[in-house]
Amino acid sequence: MPKGEIKNRDKFLNNIATNLGRERRTLGVARPRWKNQVQWNVLSNHTEDQLVDVLEKQCKSIHTDLVRTDQENLAQTLLGVIQGYGGKSVMTWDDPRFTTYHLINPFESWKESQNIAVHQWDVENGEESIRIAEQADVGITFSDITLAESGTVVLFSDKGKGRSVSLLPATYIAIVPKSTLVPRMSQATREIHQRVEAGERVASCVNFITGPSNSADIEMNLVVGVHGPIKATYIVVEDR
Amino acid sequence: MPMHIGEKEFTKRVDKGLEDDFMRGAVRSAQGRLQTNRANAADELGDWEEWRSLGQEIRQHTMENLDFYLQQLSDKIAELGGHVYFAETADDANNYVSEVIANKNAKKIAKSKSMVTEEIALNDILEENGCEVVETDLGEYILQIDDHDPPSHIVAPALHKNKEQIRDVFKEKLGYTKTEKPEELTLFAREKLRKEFLEADVGITGCNFAIAESGSFALVTNEGNARMVSTLPKTQITVMGMERIVPTWEELDVLVSLLTRAAVGQKLTSYVTALTGPKIEGEVDGPEEFHLVIVDNGRSKILGTEFQEALHCIRCAACINVCPVYRHVGGHAYGSIYPGPIGAVLTPLLGGYDDYKELPYASTLCGACTEVCPVKIPLHEQLVKHRRNIVEEEEKSDLAERLAMQGFSIVAGSGNLYKLATRMAPLLVTPFVKDGSISKGPGPVKPWTDIREFPVPQKQRFRDWFKNREKGGSERAKRGN
Repeated sequence: MPKGEIKNRDKFLNNIATNLGRERRTLGVARPRWKNQVQWNVLSNHTEDQLVDVLEKQCKSIHTDLVRTDQENLAQTLLGVIQGYGGKSVMTWDDPRFTTYHLINPFESWKESQNIAVHQWDVENGEESIRIAEQADVGITFSDITLAESGTVVLFSDKGKGRSVSLLPATYIAIVPKSTLVPRMSQATREIHQRVEAGERVASCVNFITGPSNSADIEMNLVVGVHGPIKATYIVVEDR
Repeated sequence: MPMHIGEKEFTKRVDKGLEDDFMRGAVRSAQGRLQTNRANAADELGDWEEWRSLGQEIRQHTMENLDFYLQQLSDKIAELGGHVYFAETADDANNYVSEVIANKNAKKIAKSKSMVTEEIALNDILEENGCEVVETDLGEYILQIDDHDPPSHIVAPALHKNKEQIRDVFKEKLGYTKTEKPEELTLFAREKLRKEFLEADVGITGCNFAIAESGSFALVTNEGNARMVSTLPKTQITVMGMERIVPTWEELDVLVSLLTRAAVGQKLTSYVTALTGPKIEGEVDGPEEFHLVIVDNGRSKILGTEFQEALHCIRCAACINVCPVYRHVGGHAYGSIYPGPIGAVLTPLLGGYDDYKELPYASTLCGACTEVCPVKIPLHEQLVKHRRNIVEEEEKSDLAERLAMQGFSIVAGSGNLYKLATRMAPLLVTPFVKDGSISKGPGPVKPWTDIREFPVPQKQRFRDWFKNREKGGSERAKRGN
């Protein structure tokens, strides 16, 4: 992609420097070491199993169901949740983990046996993929990083990992490999920061998703399910 | 709508607020819930004071190096193929956005919630240009449908409306046929707006925090509308106030953690969406073209002054949620899209004392705002500074007030005159006394007596009473009681 344009910058930033009463700073500003590093105290020393417990408890506050399973039973668990949502049309990411977790064959078989059509995000047919996602009953993705404290799945967009899959369908299921669990947002943002420092381009969209969409705009009454999914389930899978 | 809202005169706006019983009920209960949620979330996190200090330190450092971080941000965005426009004024920002939209020949614009676009009155300009602008945040949507009723709270813009009022607006404007249940109203809005997202040519978002190191910016939301607006339209324009930036992703974590707790008591909102440039080649959804508009509009004048900390604000509204004045007069009384304590600090800075000199007085100086601010802005101290500036700029105070104050200072400054005046008071007020109290007072007493009785001055002055009491006391002592 060609470089974008920057307009009216120097005058604007010179004015800021003048108002701050000093020369313009273009180089050499380093973040100080913050006096407090208090974010690292949260849930420190929790084992992976303890973090799953924290996640499970938090899911109750964010109107999200949590199911624990192992790799062997994942397909069956997934089917149960889809059926619970009355799902007939499903959209998933095009993500190698669906193969690793042996889900591709079950998905194909459900069409005949369960009358459930599982579609995969298809970069070659982009508009059609968006249309299917918009009509789908269930969207399924993996979680890339999972935050125990807040009950959050972090998704990095990519070609096969469309943003719409976790957004447009009426309900949403995140498959959470247990190894993706970290205490809180601090660990996830530190990892992204380190990748940026290493020169990596950040995903065009990093979504921190915490349960289904909701709103309290009418008399501060919480209504679950606004523009995004109306219901959400996390399936935590033992993966090592 | 621009920053200014409602009647020109402050007292008229306040009266309107005080008379609006429903609004006052809604605000009371909302404040109660939001305060409790915030306090619980802070307790549960632990070390809240240390978190606040960390937030304050980050904001201070960022503001002191704002030129550097904005340069880094814009360089990174341009590298990724996004465009950045630095807008000194509201007009500059509106013209640029209009130009982008005209170049795209776009007709339908979907917007997610953004205070800065309210401040610069972007919607008015786009509508004048013949575009259809759809506000997609539920609260904003309700207000837009209701003939552009202004927001009264920076997080919950339709806080002043009850569900019956919302049902009636939907019924009248959109043919809604169901009940006032929030679930049904919300579902209706979901169905209406889904179509708009899919049809929009351009998406416009605000920005909670830009992240300098990677040219990213984050949207902190619950409904999912901001995700729609940044996923479906081919062109995206993001408008940010120039101070809404953090150095790296690590500071994003801290400020988002403070924001969601201070605003609504959530550990995280349903969606924190961090976007970086236009979509990458080969990706299906996300914008092909991305523009960031960085707005000054009076902010740079605040830098380097005693009010610089007002720019640390992360728009959580915690100060609004605890303010006893806001509780009674509601958001519209402030005459600004930024109400409450932060509004009373910020609005005169952005809009000038001429139009907003009353706002710093719309406070009891109880300091509850300062106590809850997640980045430790000394809000009530800043209000006092405003008051001092206003008094010092004497030409700002009106003649009658000055004469009255001068008269009072002459009388109060002279022992004999003060004695005389206080002895005369019971006589002077006689024409206004009815049933032992004053209900229609003259001059400076009038605003008080409009709403309650004023006691008649005692015939015996406090000083005289005190003298006699002392005598009595010593006599009692002599008698050995």
